[in-house]
Amino acid sequence: MAQISLPANSRVTEGKTYSAPPGAKNIKRFKVYRWDPESGQNPRLDTYEVDLDTCGPMVLDALIKIKNEIDSTLTFRRSCREGICGSCAMNIDGTNTLACTKAISDIKGDVRVYPLPHMPVIKDLVPDLSHFYAQYASIRPWLRTQTPPPPDRERLQSREDRAKLDGLYECILCACCSTSCPSYWWNSDRYLGPAILLQAYRWIVDSRDEDTGTRLDELEDPFKLYRCHTIMNCAKTCPKGLNPAKAIAEIKKLLVERRF
Amino acid sequence: MKFRSPLVRAKGLGAAKSGVDHWLAQRVAAVALVPLVIWFVIGLIGQVGADYESVKAWVGRPVNAVLLILLLGTMFHHAQLGMQVIYEDYIHTNWLKIASIYLTKFAAYLLAVGASFAVLKVALGG
Repeated sequence: MAQISLPANSRVTEGKTYSAPPGAKNIKRFKVYRWDPESGQNPRLDTYEVDLDTCGPMVLDALIKIKNEIDSTLTFRRSCREGICGSCAMNIDGTNTLACTKAISDIKGDVRVYPLPHMPVIKDLVPDLSHFYAQYASIRPWLRTQTPPPPDRERLQSREDRAKLDGLYECILCACCSTSCPSYWWNSDRYLGPAILLQAYRWIVDSRDEDTGTRLDELEDPFKLYRCHTIMNCAKTCPKGLNPAKAIAEIKKLLVERRF
Repeated sequence: MKFRSPLVRAKGLGAAKSGVDHWLAQRVAAVALVPLVIWFVIGLIGQVGADYESVKAWVGRPVNAVLLILLLGTMFHHAQLGMQVIYEDYIHTNWLKIASIYLTKFAAYLLAVGASFAVLKVALGG
């Protein structure tokens, strides 16, 4: 039923240490979670000493430097390196964030880098997000309409209605919030989690969408929605500064509103 | 779950179309408990050092008896709603979760009815 301690093959062991080249003056130690499914060994924490004088300012710069110059087996996702693709979401210094927008100088002491918490690990810093993406697909995140668009122009929206999407449209689905949420850790099989619920609200509140009632119907569930207990980890960790907890609260308010 | 697409697993059995009532009831009960508990604590402070007969008379006063029964009902209702949330969060064995929810409900209503009966007995004499 309940599992208190980690299974024996999941315990993280001390790994290798890669010393900085001689002559390096500005050294920062990066302790990085490593796990290779093909090795059959436990996960380990490798230590890389990086010379910051020859490294870019962000944690992602250091990871790329490690992969290029120290240990090419280090595996992680990255793409845009400017906080818009969401690929390099990981747990850095105890907080879920994007490696590309997290400054090394903001971290005191060693930099600890782990994959997003409580997700199956594919390799090293790469989590399996299949279920997360499937949950996103399950809310059918696109404009659902019956009325055909005007023949001569796009579907219009007032400035006020457009403003309602601010704080929602910026979400890049990096999964930092969902994987920081204890409710998502315990019940992610059924609970949609903050990221997907914020996206759901983004379509509920869109003045051009004509399927609001169905969207609310599909969320009215003790597990899909009501596992949110306003813990607020989501808003605290969001690298884009968004507030998924508020979006979830708005959904709950609409579900009450349609009762009266 | 083998050979099923991630989407099938994500959708599960669909939305239960419930949960609003539970969520709302828990909050309404919480708000109702604020004045009731304040009233109860003030009432108890008024009985500090009082003897058995004095407390019995206080409980037996009609307004106090009605408010006490309301307090008991709201409190146990709120308690079982809250326990249900905790079970749903943490118990992942389905039969154990359902059994825990219903046993707690039975216990809460037993205590609420029993305690209310005690208040009535004091209030109506006998």
